[in-house]
Amino acid sequence: MQALSLRKLTKTYRNGVQALKGIDLDVAQGDFFALLGPNGAGKTTAIGIIASLVNKSSGKALVFGHDTDTDLEAAKACLGLVPQEINFNQFEKVSTILVNQAGFYGIPRRVARERMEHWLRKLQLWEKRDAVSRTLSGGMKRRLMIARALIHEPRLLILDEPTAGVDIEVRRSMWEFLRQLNEDGTTIILTTHYLEEAESLCRHIAIIDEGRIIENDRMATVLRKLHSEVFVLNPRQPLAAAPELPGYAVRLADDGSIEVEVTKSQNLNEIFAALSARGIEVVSMRNKANRLEELFMRLVEGRDVETGLVKPAVPA
Amino acid sequence: MNRLEAATDTGAGERGGHRWVGFRTIVIREFSRIVRIWGQTLVPPVITATLYFVIFGSLIGRRIGEMGGVSYMQYIAPGLIMMSVITNSYGNVVSSFFGAKFGRHIEELLVAPLPNWLIVAGYVAGGLVRGLLVGLIVTLIALFFTHLQVEHLGAVLAAVLLTAVIFSLLGFVNAVFAKNFDQISFVPTFILTPLTYLGGVFYSIAMLPDWAQAVSKANPILYMVNAFRYGFLGHSDVNLGMSFAFMAAAAVALFAGCVWLLEKGTGTRD
Repeated sequence: MQALSLRKLTKTYRNGVQALKGIDLDVAQGDFFALLGPNGAGKTTAIGIIASLVNKSSGKALVFGHDTDTDLEAAKACLGLVPQEINFNQFEKVSTILVNQAGFYGIPRRVARERMEHWLRKLQLWEKRDAVSRTLSGGMKRRLMIARALIHEPRLLILDEPTAGVDIEVRRSMWEFLRQLNEDGTTIILTTHYLEEAESLCRHIAIIDEGRIIENDRMATVLRKLHSEVFVLNPRQPLAAAPELPGYAVRLADDGSIEVEVTKSQNLNEIFAALSARGIEVVSMRNKANRLEELFMRLVEGRDVETGLVKPAVPA
Repeated sequence: MNRLEAATDTGAGERGGHRWVGFRTIVIREFSRIVRIWGQTLVPPVITATLYFVIFGSLIGRRIGEMGGVSYMQYIAPGLIMMSVITNSYGNVVSSFFGAKFGRHIEELLVAPLPNWLIVAGYVAGGLVRGLLVGLIVTLIALFFTHLQVEHLGAVLAAVLLTAVIFSLLGFVNAVFAKNFDQISFVPTFILTPLTYLGGVFYSIAMLPDWAQAVSKANPILYMVNAFRYGFLGHSDVNLGMSFAFMAAAAVALFAGCVWLLEKGTGTRD
């Protein structure tokens, strides 16, 4: 059974903006799925429709086979949502927020209190259970929203940029928590701007742009589509101009280093030999961007032809 | 069926129980809010009612003498109780629901498996709780100043319950359409207060010229105040059957309208 199925989903807002232009998407039960796209691509609108926070214009959304048009309560019961913006009552205590949310899902208060303790301990918030929620740090607020989304133990968890604005340590511990949750059987859909996060956690990926799905495949398959990487080479003396390396796209960076695009059929030895021949000594090098980020930019903005990289003199 | 399936896939038989827990949770949350901000919810009506009883009842009322066959203080007491019920049931729902919209925590309810009619009922119950609580406090204050006897308890209860429900629902409508805090104070200031003051709280419409009586009869609050006053004093300026029929019809129509607004997503899902 699919955890989520979207069929020809469209949304046109009252101001005429067409946020979704007929999306088809399937997420398998047990998957860890990344939904990526630039700001305004339609990710949050799609999530809003699935969670019934936004009215769709047309199409179908099914959560574990429950049609949101005809069996909305059952669909909602299967779903937990961690939204992008803070949306709990900032005047309520942490424990109250969780117990009340459990109540909205029909969970009696005694059971709700047990679950509240379980999830607050898991997310390292138990010590803050009596704190008024507005006094929590940004990372704690994010974790509180995750605990709240899990209080009814949903089969599908959707996280809309859950690690935005949290420090690296908290982000890594959240990743570990989400990995474990997925291993325990929860299907997870994640949107994020940290593409390293999607690459590290997710098995499938869909890229949405201007209201359409432009890529939808296994993460490994999508990443295999990349044919090149960009390396930053730091010379001992900053360079005044980008050296011409036949067959390579080279760009001079502001700090006098150079960026070279290397395809799979090329090799770094040729570059180092050519630079040595020109008397340029390279003291260090690094890979410029993570691979998914590069792919994302290419798909969404056609950056492969507009990066500013010097066109190769000889086709590669 | 694994743990997660068992946790979320429930039969129709359990749905009723879940809904009851959900409704009770909304009411508990509303009651907690009323108590948590008692300085805004419970204290102001006490001060206002006391001032009314001192100034209009004791000081000015003595010079007015009798109205409707009872002392002026006894005459205005039911009206003042009803006025506090109206403003507080309305105020509770409009501020709580708009606050939830503004702070976005209304989404906690919108994502939950609760039918829209139950969400409306939960907020109305919250308005009812505050309206009746404040009404009870104002009644106790009235007893410091005058003697109140109940002629028809059924009329008192029916009038106060229907009025609190109607104004809770009106507060809900206001909150649904409001886009900022100005818009939730506009209706109470420019519509509710004038209608309440002109709804026979402080006077009998029999004192007015014919044309003013006719205009007053277009004011729905007049029927509520008079139905409530009838319960205490045994007489009314308007037809009681018409008053209760109007209130019951208004409550049903407004409830249906509020559920429709929530189904449509006006102000919440757009």
